Amino acid sequence: MATITAPGTTEKLSRSTTASRASARRGRKVRDNLTGHLFLLGAVLCFALFTWYPMIRGIIMSFQKTKRGVTTWVGLDNYTRIVADPSFWPAWRNTVYFTLLALIIGYAVPFFVAILLNELRHAKGYLRVLVYLPVMLPPASALFLFKFYAYDPSDAGLFNAVLKALHLPTSQWMQSPTATMPAMVIASTWMNMGGAVLIYLASLQNIPGELYEAAELDGAGLWRRIWNVTIPQTKLILGLLAMMQIVATMQVFIEPLILANGAGTQDSATTVAYLIYQHGFYQNDLNGAAALGVITLVALAAFSAVYLRLTTKND
Amino acid sequence: MSAPQYRKAVAFALAAGLGLGLAACSTKSNDESTSADGKTIITVDCMPVGTEKELVANWNADVAAFEKANPDVQIKSVSVGTQCNNPPDFTARLAGGTTTDIFYGYMTDLQQVLDSGQAMDITSYVTKDTIATWDDVDKSLKDVFSDGGKIYGVPIKNYSMGLVYNKVLFQKAGLDPANPPKTWPEVRAAAKKIAATDKSVAGYAEYSAGNTGGWHFTAEIYSQGGQVLTEDGKKADFNNAQGKQVLQNLKDMRYTDNSMGSRQLLQWGDLLTNAAAGKVGMFVGAPDTTQQIVSQFKGKYEDWAVAPLPGQDGLAKATLGGGDGYFFKKGLTDAQVKAGLKWIAFEKLTVGKGQFDYPRAKPQNYPVGLPQPLLFTKDSPTAKAEYDLRKANANVDPTIYSLFENQQLPIKGEPANAQAIYAVLDSAMSGVLTDPNANIDALLKTAEDKVNQLITAGS
Repeated sequence: MATITAPGTTEKLSRSTTASRASARRGRKVRDNLTGHLFLLGAVLCFALFTWYPMIRGIIMSFQKTKRGVTTWVGLDNYTRIVADPSFWPAWRNTVYFTLLALIIGYAVPFFVAILLNELRHAKGYLRVLVYLPVMLPPASALFLFKFYAYDPSDAGLFNAVLKALHLPTSQWMQSPTATMPAMVIASTWMNMGGAVLIYLASLQNIPGELYEAAELDGAGLWRRIWNVTIPQTKLILGLLAMMQIVATMQVFIEPLILANGAGTQDSATTVAYLIYQHGFYQNDLNGAAALGVITLVALAAFSAVYLRLTTKND
Repeated sequence: MSAPQYRKAVAFALAAGLGLGLAACSTKSNDESTSADGKTIITVDCMPVGTEKELVANWNADVAAFEKANPDVQIKSVSVGTQCNNPPDFTARLAGGTTTDIFYGYMTDLQQVLDSGQAMDITSYVTKDTIATWDDVDKSLKDVFSDGGKIYGVPIKNYSMGLVYNKVLFQKAGLDPANPPKTWPEVRAAAKKIAATDKSVAGYAEYSAGNTGGWHFTAEIYSQGGQVLTEDGKKADFNNAQGKQVLQNLKDMRYTDNSMGSRQLLQWGDLLTNAAAGKVGMFVGAPDTTQQIVSQFKGKYEDWAVAPLPGQDGLAKATLGGGDGYFFKKGLTDAQVKAGLKWIAFEKLTVGKGQFDYPRAKPQNYPVGLPQPLLFTKDSPTAKAEYDLRKANANVDPTIYSLFENQQLPIKGEPANAQAIYAVLDSAMSGVLTDPNANIDALLKTAEDKVNQLITAGS
């Protein structure tokens, strides 16, 4: 049966169909997003409860003082007090020194280990496991190994025994103000390099082989290949890991706590993170600790912003 | 489900999630103070840790006996690992509001507990009715837990420092264990002889990390007749002849005599582990250190003895004292406070019960015969009863502690803001123990400036 349609009805119908389709699309979009949001909800709640809330609470606490259970606003008092702490500047000096050493040792070593592993033809998997093994050790166990066996200041210590066998002067390691920081960086690098090596390896394996072949045809040796092919091709990952390394090492805590039993000899191992712990939990100065935490947060956020801006511009 | 329904679901999930989270974070509700059958519930911490099986069994037996005698009370025991010996852990619990109803603290913790606003004023509750031996508890110990005339805690242990020494190592070195050093020069000479017998042994061992170095510096400057702060507490008072002598003694032993072993930066457990392994000849410590060497670090009682703290030219002019007690969390009900006091009285302040149950401890080889904790006023009926019961059940050779016990030195308490000051003084201690060229004057001057700065900042 033919259907008679009044003039304009088709247009109306098609408009209403279009509208309902659009509305259905919107509905689907909302539903799809909501499903995504529902999946995200757990993570968002976790972040809110365990990361953002403590962060905001810490910022608030840094402007407060609690005495006899009564909390009052004290403005910048905690900040001026914490900056006047005699260990404040040594802690920053030590932390920056640790970070620089970690950049020289801890950043470069995994990259070269990854290159060496990538160049190998045999036993690649076996060596990868060996390199990654220390990451699987709990950090405290790994550091105790260094503390009691490797860094034993007597001649019986592992490193001292090796130095002695090579007729080199031995060291007091964690008991020497000058050796403390390099010793902490060496232990930290050994503990953490497995993860970085794997990331570098993945990145290295993505470099097209033709580039190396071309370089070899042009007569480039190993160093030239690394300089002209490997480094430019892994620039992005190198930059990212550099920033992550700096942010992580600026918060170094467990190394001084375990290797140096805290401050080390004459504050030689005191880092900013350890000073926060010392104020908060040994000196019962949670407000001062919060102020130092905020100072660290601002410093690292500023560094990250500058770094990202510079690298984005270059790209 | 339509979009608005999804929104509702998300809102509900969000609200439920947040609600659960907040509920998990919230403090306990009031109805936790009584059980379904109407019993008063109290939570108590510092139950012995699981590895100390005999002590845990004793604690559980005490709880059962107490609940039988007090059927209207239920005790929930909480073991918080090393909390009882770990200031950072204690601070975290206090700051997080997760302490138990009746919670353990050091004598130096009162101000911290008051500042956190978590201490309950128990003045009106602490009487002979709740703690039968209360009148015999030493007044100076009660004062430590009082502020502005109000009582905030009950003392349960009191110690003072002496010279702990290894009799076996003394004999090996040709020294007479019955005649230990009485002066620091004698300590130095003995340490040298002990270290000469075995390169791996420290004749004398000392702390210099984790605030324990500052703690021992304080004991040692007291032995010299000095103090850490001026009487009014407004300035550092250790950059003087007595402070220099403390560091000079250590530097001489460490580098001139080489009698302190090579490993320094020791903190509490490090030194005791070495001592239990027979690698330490002498150290400064309280008599209960021998108990820890045996129970926690697997050493032997018969190897050890305790003498009074040495002084520079004769016995020490004073020694450092300290101890601990239990606080009551603010907001407890009347019945909970009374139940808590009854429990402390039963477990910690009654001769023949709990920590003073010597007849039970003797066959368990748990030490009986230690001269501490000294809780009761000398010559009071309770002190006499405790002494008699201890002597009757002693299973530890009494000569271990006789020298220490017979020569009671004047006891001085810890300085105000002790932990912050100890952290600074750790640096001076680690300086002379790790640097052969350490400048003692410079170390003391730096530490003095730092402590004065701390006092100014805190005032």
